[in-house]
Amino acid sequence: MSQLPLAVKRLSVTVKRLPAALRRLPEAWRRPQAVAGAVVALAWLLVAAAAPLLAPYDPLAQELPRLAEPGPGHWFGTDQLGRDILSRVLYGARVSIPLTLLLVALSVLIGGFLGGVAGYFGRWADEVIMRFADLVFAFPTIILAMVVAAALGASLTNAVLAVLVVAWASYARVGRGLVLAVREREFVLSGRLLGFSVWRSLRVDVLPNVVGPVLVLATLDMGTALLLLSGLSFLGLGAKPPSAEWGAMVASGMEVFDSWWVATFPGLAILTVVLAFNFLGDTLRDALDPRTARAVKERAL
Amino acid sequence: MTLLSIADLVVEHRSPGQPPVRAVAGAGLTVAAGEVVGLVGESGCGKSTLARAVCGLHNVAGGSITFEGRPVTPLGLRRRALTGIQMVFQDPYSSLNPRRRAGDQIADGLRVSGDSVTPADLLERVGLPRSFTHRHPHELSGGQRQRVAIARALAARPRLLIGDEPISALDASAQSQVATLMRDLAVDSGAGLLFISHDLSVVRLIADRIAVMYLGKIVEIGDTASVWDAPQHPYTQALLRAIPHPDGLGTLPAELPGDVPDPADPPPGCRFHPRCPHAMDICRVQEPDFGPAACWLHAPSDLTEQSAKV
Repeated sequence: MSQLPLAVKRLSVTVKRLPAALRRLPEAWRRPQAVAGAVVALAWLLVAAAAPLLAPYDPLAQELPRLAEPGPGHWFGTDQLGRDILSRVLYGARVSIPLTLLLVALSVLIGGFLGGVAGYFGRWADEVIMRFADLVFAFPTIILAMVVAAALGASLTNAVLAVLVVAWASYARVGRGLVLAVREREFVLSGRLLGFSVWRSLRVDVLPNVVGPVLVLATLDMGTALLLLSGLSFLGLGAKPPSAEWGAMVASGMEVFDSWWVATFPGLAILTVVLAFNFLGDTLRDALDPRTARAVKERAL
Repeated sequence: MTLLSIADLVVEHRSPGQPPVRAVAGAGLTVAAGEVVGLVGESGCGKSTLARAVCGLHNVAGGSITFEGRPVTPLGLRRRALTGIQMVFQDPYSSLNPRRRAGDQIADGLRVSGDSVTPADLLERVGLPRSFTHRHPHELSGGQRQRVAIARALAARPRLLIGDEPISALDASAQSQVATLMRDLAVDSGAGLLFISHDLSVVRLIADRIAVMYLGKIVEIGDTASVWDAPQHPYTQALLRAIPHPDGLGTLPAELPGDVPDPADPPPGCRFHPRCPHAMDICRVQEPDFGPAACWLHAPSDLTEQSAKV
């Protein structure tokens, strides 16, 4: 028991000796949550980049004993076809993470543009775009994505397209609201009086003032997008069987429920990525919002 | 030569399900080149709406706004070609783009005029250090921001500068500084200045002529000295009495009783009669639509005879 205060003391000493580079980070980024999110997200990006170097086996080769328990040699075990699950999870990062990033980037671009146009120009552009967004919102997300994916045929590209169809609407809504608020601000009017064209006004005066909250939403949305993509693969509408995709791997693990490791490890991979991006999104939100500054200060390392 | 002439201007605010609100109900005003016109009135009387209509930021429901002989078109989706009218807005915290440096925003104005001066020169002219070109708006105080906004408007070399209560959000020490600065810079460049404020004592310092607005109408207009020394309209008199005088005698400013009526439902006859100490029978029936003081106390003789018959 007497060791505990000592350990706390030692910990606080190490905290005080944080490297100078870390000290310079804003407080919002020095909270445990932010550090954990950043570290995990960065680790997964590294894994995605260096999967061929890290993976002990070929993710598609069916040469190991089937349904072997986790242990030395194959730490995450093997699946019912004798493939190494660790290698498949590592390679899965190459499929899921870039696709999620691409998906969110496209949703932000398309949704943000449409929302910006709706908010800035108003009238019929607003009506048309926002009624389409309402249409998308009226459907349960996964069902609509399933319908689109089923209609286009099962493949990863089509799954991305299907999620895109449902994901743009929230950016359009948020973007429109933000643009509406900024549009009537006096510096935007001043710019127009100085002869700015509509597009220049949007780019120079409106866009930089709405981009922060949209980025926060995008980071928070990263987890949802990954879940949707994996969900589609889980339902058999995304990645086709041999390819190492986390959602599809969880689905194949469902067939062999007794061998818990087959579904658990890809599931954990999804969980950690979603969690890391949610932490990052929260951090970004707090960092950009001056009203949370004090609460952030108290928890900063 | 008149630079800007406003005749019988009517501007309505429409909101669905409600009768239109006539914020400006038949106002007339002229500004000549190199002239400073002060427009005063209580809050809610339509001063700002009038200023925004002159810039084309409001649709006009009636009357005309003519600038250099041509009508002012409302600001639509097209690029604004008419950069001869520039405006300095009321709120210094939203009149500059928070994400851009002061120098870049002034450079936008310079691009319009094609002048060879630099943003730093303009900052110097409005009394700010040249190094402020690299500052973002949040690094400036309210008065400094308003000076940057003035520099940006002047960079476009406007022929008419409009100040829409540019000093009302500043503290007392900065108010007269900024007001005189606007006047000097506008007059030096030969531009007309329409200066809107609810503060008569500041307007008196800088304006050549003063127009007094009440509930969407200009009730009195005249040279600054004559309006200040011998106000004709009871409303102008009340406004002047409301100015505190530091004469050491403890004279309290006289308060004008009542509030500005709802512009959606203006009183019949003279719009000021419910609050006017001199209200007569005719004031409740017929609107005085003559100048320079729109008041039946100062009606031209032929008009009074005519209305006496009615």
